[in-house]
Amino acid sequence: MQNPLTRPITAAPTEALRRQACWIRRRSLQMIHRAGFGHPGGDLSCADILAVLYFAILRIDPSRPHDPERDRFIMSKGHSSASFYATLAAAGFFAEEELDSYLQPLSRLNGHPDRNKVPGVEANTGTLGHGLPIAVGAALAAKLDHARWRVFVLTGDGELQEGSNWEAAMAAAHHGLDNLVLIVDRNGLQQGDATERTVRLEPLADKFRAFGWAVAETDGHDHAALSALLGGVPFEAGKPNCVVAHTTKGKGVSFMEARAAWHHGHLSDEQLAQALRELEEACGV
Amino acid sequence: MSELYDCRIAFAQALLELVASDPRVVVVTNDSVGSSNIAHIRERFPERVINLGIAEQNMIGVGAGLANGGKIPFLCGASCFLTGRALEQIKVDLAYSRSNVKLCGMSAGLAYGPLGATHHSIEDLAWTRVLPELVVSVPADPAETAQAVRTAAALEGPVFLRLSRMPVPAVHPPDYRFRVGRAVRLREGDDVTLIACGTMVSRALDAAALLQAEGVSARVLNMATVQPLDREAIEQAAAETGAIVTVEEHSVRGGLGGAVAEVVVATRPVPMRLLGVPGTFAPTGSPEFLFQHFGLTPRGIAQTALDLLNRKVTHVGPLRTRY
Repeated sequence: MQNPLTRPITAAPTEALRRQACWIRRRSLQMIHRAGFGHPGGDLSCADILAVLYFAILRIDPSRPHDPERDRFIMSKGHSSASFYATLAAAGFFAEEELDSYLQPLSRLNGHPDRNKVPGVEANTGTLGHGLPIAVGAALAAKLDHARWRVFVLTGDGELQEGSNWEAAMAAAHHGLDNLVLIVDRNGLQQGDATERTVRLEPLADKFRAFGWAVAETDGHDHAALSALLGGVPFEAGKPNCVVAHTTKGKGVSFMEARAAWHHGHLSDEQLAQALRELEEACGV
Repeated sequence: MSELYDCRIAFAQALLELVASDPRVVVVTNDSVGSSNIAHIRERFPERVINLGIAEQNMIGVGAGLANGGKIPFLCGASCFLTGRALEQIKVDLAYSRSNVKLCGMSAGLAYGPLGATHHSIEDLAWTRVLPELVVSVPADPAETAQAVRTAAALEGPVFLRLSRMPVPAVHPPDYRFRVGRAVRLREGDDVTLIACGTMVSRALDAAALLQAEGVSARVLNMATVQPLDREAIEQAAAETGAIVTVEEHSVRGGLGGAVAEVVVATRPVPMRLLGVPGTFAPTGSPEFLFQHFGLTPRGIAQTALDLLNRKVTHVGPLRTRY
């Protein structure tokens, strides 16, 4: 078997990615239903991004989660832990059955990820605006060592209201961290309302460009487009990379899509059944 | 009078030696190049000193990321900004994450006296010692400072070094070895124990000498690590001397005194006095003026001990067991 750390970056067939993303969505909703709580809206909006990262982009070996040469993925939007854990299990970091312990007493699958408990988790997140500064530090470490590993970080969009992100954005550009890739899950909604009705982020891509980043925008549910973009970093030598991934919160479930109310909450038995039916039909499984 | 030292020199020398000897060690700062005394490290190892500008929240996260990438970052900044401005990052990115990051809080306490309460760092011990996993060290003299720096590098996990710019004499013997979590008994005594840290240790020793002239035998403990605390030394002091005065260049709320009191109340309750800044913002004035103002002087400490001894319970009769 080829070493995943040296494997050439080639996009997996998008059909396989589509199935992985569908599985992550279904499993996340089952976990949330079982736990009686979760953040389904964001789990569903970033499922395609996670699938592309873990099954087409990241040079990681789940059997060696602390390999110094691994790519780092930092899940800054730690509340999307259901889809993150489902992805880690699918990638082989731990057994899938453990997902049933999500949010249960003493489970290591806490509501927000803990790197000291869960293999594959690089950073403890949950409070927002932490992932990007940590990613900047990791990218600096790689640069100091002239290492080949890269750092990917996924933030929410509402999260970008935290000022620490912009401190980090300045530092990343100043240090020319082209080994750093920020993906923004731009679903347009935060807990209380649309981002643009709360404290507006637009023009978001231009903000990052003004901060000295190389920026691309894409449909965050298009596996081929995401794979092509993320497989093509750095976009510009000497500049950190930003992908604004336009997504739909609650993607794939009709009664959740684009509704801020599904930021967090629980699903009834009927809601779960309907959601799984819709996802299965859409995925053709 | 004994010679006085600026511990920042010992700090910077020890850090330079670490940078020179261990490629994993990097120095990170929030533009505090001069006040952290690290300019000479930057001259010799420019790529190993990362100035992140005036952005403490980002700096803590960057430290966690550098540690994730295998580095041992020493984050240097004025303690007032380093701790308070980024406290939640310290909690999550360093303590909760158990990141191998060393926080170096410079000019802690009242060192920036004339600059006002924004620059006084008399809350940092309370803020940091409440966080699990974070080692909190407050060295008292140059030798201890250098050893605390080396120990921090060798220790896997987050450490907060609370450093001062106030001149202090050497208080330890030449063969002294700093050990995390161990108090140092610098003077024997039976009547009262003075427990101090950092800049207040030499003053506590001078106070003990004054008390000796009054016929009072005062033990002096240097509590060089506020977390983890040497509970054994505290319990022993309570049992053997029956009265404790804590002395710190910090608010009396939640710092060294609070930490000691938490142990005393749960083990050997004895009368205590907590000497420090008494739960107020400090006024402006030179550090020495402020030390006088708050009784953080040998005479002030000795007087507090004498007041306490007047209250000391010398005999407690057998208590009837009712329940």
